[in-house]
Amino acid sequence: MSPRSTHLREQRQRMASAVRQAHISRRGVLSGAAGVAMLGLLSACGTKGMGGAKPSPAADRSAEEAAVRWSNWTLYLDLDDAGRKHPTLDAFQDTSGLRATYTEDIDSNDTWYGKVQGQLSRGQDIGADIITPSDWMCERLIRQGYVQKLEHANMPNVMANMLPKLKDVRWDQGRYRSVTWQTGFTGLVWNKKAFPQGLRNVEDLWDPRLKGRVTVLDEMRDTMPMMLLDQGIDIAGDWTQTDYENSIDVLDRNIRNGQIRQVKGNSYKEDLISGDVVAAMAYSGDITQLNFENGDQWEFVLPERKGLIWSDNMMVPVGSPHKANAEKLMDYYYDPEIAAEVAAYVNYVCPVLGADEAMKDIDEELVNDPLIFPTDEYLAQSTSERQLTLDEETLFQNMFQEVIGS
Amino acid sequence: MSAPAKEARAVEKVDLRSPEEIRAEKKKGRMGAWLILPGMLYMALFFAAPVVVLLSMSLFVKPEGAELGEFVPGWNFGTYAEVWNRYWPVLLRSFVFALIATVAALIIAFPMAYLVAVRLRGKPLLKGILLVLLIAPFFSSFILRTQAWKQILADEGWIVQTLKAVAILPADGSLTATPFAVICGLTYNFLPFMMLPIYASLERLDTRLLEASGDLYASPAQTFMKVTLPQSMPGVFAGTLLTFIPAAGDYVNAAILGNNRDTSMIGQVIDSRFFKVIDYPGAAALSFILMVCILILVLIYIRRFGTKDLF
Repeated sequence: MSPRSTHLREQRQRMASAVRQAHISRRGVLSGAAGVAMLGLLSACGTKGMGGAKPSPAADRSAEEAAVRWSNWTLYLDLDDAGRKHPTLDAFQDTSGLRATYTEDIDSNDTWYGKVQGQLSRGQDIGADIITPSDWMCERLIRQGYVQKLEHANMPNVMANMLPKLKDVRWDQGRYRSVTWQTGFTGLVWNKKAFPQGLRNVEDLWDPRLKGRVTVLDEMRDTMPMMLLDQGIDIAGDWTQTDYENSIDVLDRNIRNGQIRQVKGNSYKEDLISGDVVAAMAYSGDITQLNFENGDQWEFVLPERKGLIWSDNMMVPVGSPHKANAEKLMDYYYDPEIAAEVAAYVNYVCPVLGADEAMKDIDEELVNDPLIFPTDEYLAQSTSERQLTLDEETLFQNMFQEVIGS
Repeated sequence: MSAPAKEARAVEKVDLRSPEEIRAEKKKGRMGAWLILPGMLYMALFFAAPVVVLLSMSLFVKPEGAELGEFVPGWNFGTYAEVWNRYWPVLLRSFVFALIATVAALIIAFPMAYLVAVRLRGKPLLKGILLVLLIAPFFSSFILRTQAWKQILADEGWIVQTLKAVAILPADGSLTATPFAVICGLTYNFLPFMMLPIYASLERLDTRLLEASGDLYASPAQTFMKVTLPQSMPGVFAGTLLTFIPAAGDYVNAAILGNNRDTSMIGQVIDSRFFKVIDYPGAAALSFILMVCILILVLIYIRRFGTKDLF
């Protein structure tokens, strides 16, 4: 196990016990609130059709109300030793005079969307001024007109310090509606002791020696692009429905024959710990965390046929009355020193230029961690899928749910 | 009873009672109505209204070129046929799992309830401790307890290792991610709903009846079948309903302990139709079908086994 600074390790342990206690995971599949939310949404939207005209943004009352509310994934912002305060956020409150409310209430893009879509479609305030969904969900929200346009003049740090690669994402050219929060990779993981051979490509998961000891992710947007890449398809290019069908057949076959034990959300981590699962598709940050908590047992790689790179992005929902305040907060986190502090805690790829310099003062070793500050070669090993059409979005998701039995 | 008959009886009563008695009677009636009101309002607001919304949602139509999640009011009964054809095997599986879990819970819960309610009479301390021990695990989170089953049945756990050692389980076999694990989880999680009603009715069991049965030369087995069991039937009946109904709609156990081949339950499908595929009418139609199926099954059960004094 590589020796890291002790404060980091302590932080990890606290995070681990916090996870065990609260039993929440960043991309958890299960939400007890799901059923309740479903009822709420149904009764809220039942009388009136959804969709139609796009909602118009709420008036900005930032000048009168010194507040900003931020919805994020769990374990995605630095936490102090007592596990109660977020030092960087507290510092922001002190300097800006704004009262920040931080809520870790996004645990799956789909569940979150199911909860708030009705309100968003009517332009109502969903109780958050900043939301942090993943790329493909951001694309959907922009298309549906559910987020507000940002004022670049209010965010000089973002303009100056965002990694150039991130500035022109396909779905938000020039970043007028979104600001990257953190970036991560989807790749392969295996238990080094139980499967010393290791994995090079997704196809290696189908090794007979791994029968019944493999999981893949239950997010279609992770598993299917990985399957497509494994078929040698350029997922950023013009692949077709036939390509998708061929890839999902491979998935189907390996679910039917018991090679894949389960298709799982974030809880795949627990199966890795219990030993039920030896090899899996996984998120980069998770594995860093697992290795800290349980000894250095697992190895994470991007497949030779490439892995996925994704981001979670800060956006201002259409009904938020605090857009200017939200922009202030986004800008604050693009200060390299602040970004480095966050990166040292969350261990995901930092989207801020100059944060690697600032990191030298916090933890020298993290500067060379490719999962936080990836080299160009590492980045070249990853890609992301082209835009799906509306029909594809529904069809592909439907096919995926069919194959995974729900 | 027809209205005139009611009136006739009321008139008859008036003749027999003093004016004070009539006033007291009327006041009681009004009191009763007021006491029922909050319950009725609650049911109207949180049950009747959502069911109506659910029904109307299930008939919504997706317009041409609609944005994701965009549906307009309509009368699309086709949704029902579509989801029924596609998901009836999952629905059937849900009921089979729920049935097995209910029977298993009954077999486990009855002796426990009997021990605490009958055998430990006159030992209030021991009885209290046992009762708390039986209920205490259910103070912790439902999800956490289900997760614990994953550890108990894990491949490296002692149960699987032992079963493999004695060759009950093949060398490459496992217990998690199987229907067995899902049914175990369902049984365990709904056990208190089975046990408590049985306990409540056994607690009222008059043990002198058991003695009398013995005096009449009934064997213990006969006493159990002819005296104890019939006396506890209201509890068994309530317990089976309280276990079966939620178990049939449960999705947590199947999601955590199941696999993706032969353990999916209808709750998971409704969840994925709603949140993943964003097919709100489909999810609503499935929910409604589930409700109707449970209603039919329960009605059959009540007609077949129900006692008059219960319903």
